[in-house]
Amino acid sequence: MSKLRESDSELELDHPNIEDYLPSESIREPHGKLRLRDLLDISPTLSEAAGAIVDDSFTRCFKSNPPEPWNWNVYLFPLWCLGVVVRYGLLFPVRVFVLTAGWIIFLSCYFPVHFLLKGHDKLRKKLERGLVELICSFFVASWTGVVKYHGPRPSIRPKQVFVANHTSMIDFIVLEQMTAFAVIMQKHPGWVGLLQSTILESLGCIWFNRSESKDREVVARKLREHVNAADSNPLLIFPEGTCVNNHYTVMFKKGAFELGCTVCPVAIKYNKIFVDAFWNSRKQSFTTHLLQLMTSWAVVCDVWYLEPQNLRPGENPIEFAERVRDIISLRAGLKKVPWDGYLKYSRPSPKLREQKQQSFAESLLHRLEDK
Amino acid sequence: MGNTSSMLTQYDIEEVQEHCNNAFSQQEIVSLYQRFCQLDRNGGGFISAEEIMTVPEFAVNPLSQRLLRMLDGLNFKEFVAFLSAFSSRTSLQQKVEFIFKVYDSDGNGKVTFNDMLDILRDLTGQFISEQQREKVLTHVLEEAGYTKDSLLVQADFVKLLGNSSMKMEVEVPVD
Repeated sequence: MSKLRESDSELELDHPNIEDYLPSESIREPHGKLRLRDLLDISPTLSEAAGAIVDDSFTRCFKSNPPEPWNWNVYLFPLWCLGVVVRYGLLFPVRVFVLTAGWIIFLSCYFPVHFLLKGHDKLRKKLERGLVELICSFFVASWTGVVKYHGPRPSIRPKQVFVANHTSMIDFIVLEQMTAFAVIMQKHPGWVGLLQSTILESLGCIWFNRSESKDREVVARKLREHVNAADSNPLLIFPEGTCVNNHYTVMFKKGAFELGCTVCPVAIKYNKIFVDAFWNSRKQSFTTHLLQLMTSWAVVCDVWYLEPQNLRPGENPIEFAERVRDIISLRAGLKKVPWDGYLKYSRPSPKLREQKQQSFAESLLHRLEDK
Repeated sequence: MGNTSSMLTQYDIEEVQEHCNNAFSQQEIVSLYQRFCQLDRNGGGFISAEEIMTVPEFAVNPLSQRLLRMLDGLNFKEFVAFLSAFSSRTSLQQKVEFIFKVYDSDGNGKVTFNDMLDILRDLTGQFISEQQREKVLTHVLEEAGYTKDSLLVQADFVKLLGNSSMKMEVEVPVD
């Protein structure tokens, strides 16, 4: 428990005004003299608790939504069967072939470039960037990604950071095929972890472990170094820190917004017509998630590169983060919830409960004076 | 995973409805069942305190610890019965009885001064001193014709809260 507390107190600083979002039923309008029945009536607090048990905005963010069921009839069935045969029997093998070919091309170019061009840093970096973009294009091709990019392409310049909403690790692949971003991501186990530590490392990507609190400082330091270097790849941050189901946005962590850089918002919206692109990491591994995408007809998505934003005078990083979240949510049509995505891994801070207690106590005292 | 609702037959639903005195419609029961399965992460058929606390909106509630004791280990039928106090179809009398149960922590049918003080402590936390809380409570008790040593029974609660405009309702989302 004490360990939980510790991480809580760190998170507290991060919070936007959560009370703006929460139902304010427990705050009673003080009126008249305080009587016993007013004191005994705990129905608003109880209703609030029961409401949260029946339905809550946090759980809704991480629910994989099943596709709309077909309006089945006899005529559709053979068609559907044909679809399955084509998807699994034809599309899938072709896609596996494409992806394998992509990997062979990529690896046979990457390693020579990486090791032979040690002296020519500039050229090597440029080639590596191109190669990573190439392999990501192969990945996108392997799910027949139909991606529409809106707005100007990102350019390489110091003092800017890109932030995007996060639905799945494929966000990264989709964005990476256009521009070789350096990204900040959770360190993953398995083959993804291997890729992270070998190839993506050369792009300047930064890895951390969510549960390690000392990683935070290291990441913050690396971040500062990265954005201030002139020739580093543009930096991409998913400030939600966790995958959300593309219907909601959870709180943006303030880290990306206190670097003193221009923040370029990127909004990503998936069309669920063929497959739900949300990676529910509790339920499936990334490999299963990829297989699911590779056996669907196509992954359809829109990417918007939005107007760069700067910290306004008198605005603190949290307000700035909220403003950018507004912009992204509006563009991608996502609903905002106040919760910190890390609540998947920890309990909310006791401070939120204390706020409720305080408002209750104040109205109580107020009514006592009323008599 | 999407089709958990199909596991409930009409007989099951009717049985649950009967158990909660028809406080919920069939659709609401189906909806609650989906929610129950979602909360019951390990699929054991009952929800634990640990699982309920993963809902942050519940965890920040001042009365969450007290309600957890009532919720811990409930199966679906009991879960629905617990929530039935919040249905619009449940009478005010039953709602007051539910509130009484929340107060009566040892379940002996009597609410003591300390029981009431405990709830007040949960609700106000550190923002009112212990002496002040006791003073306030003694004061309102005496004003209503009780003393510090009175034991309140369910009938007292019904008398006190029964004719108020109390609205304790929660809507079950049905899709």
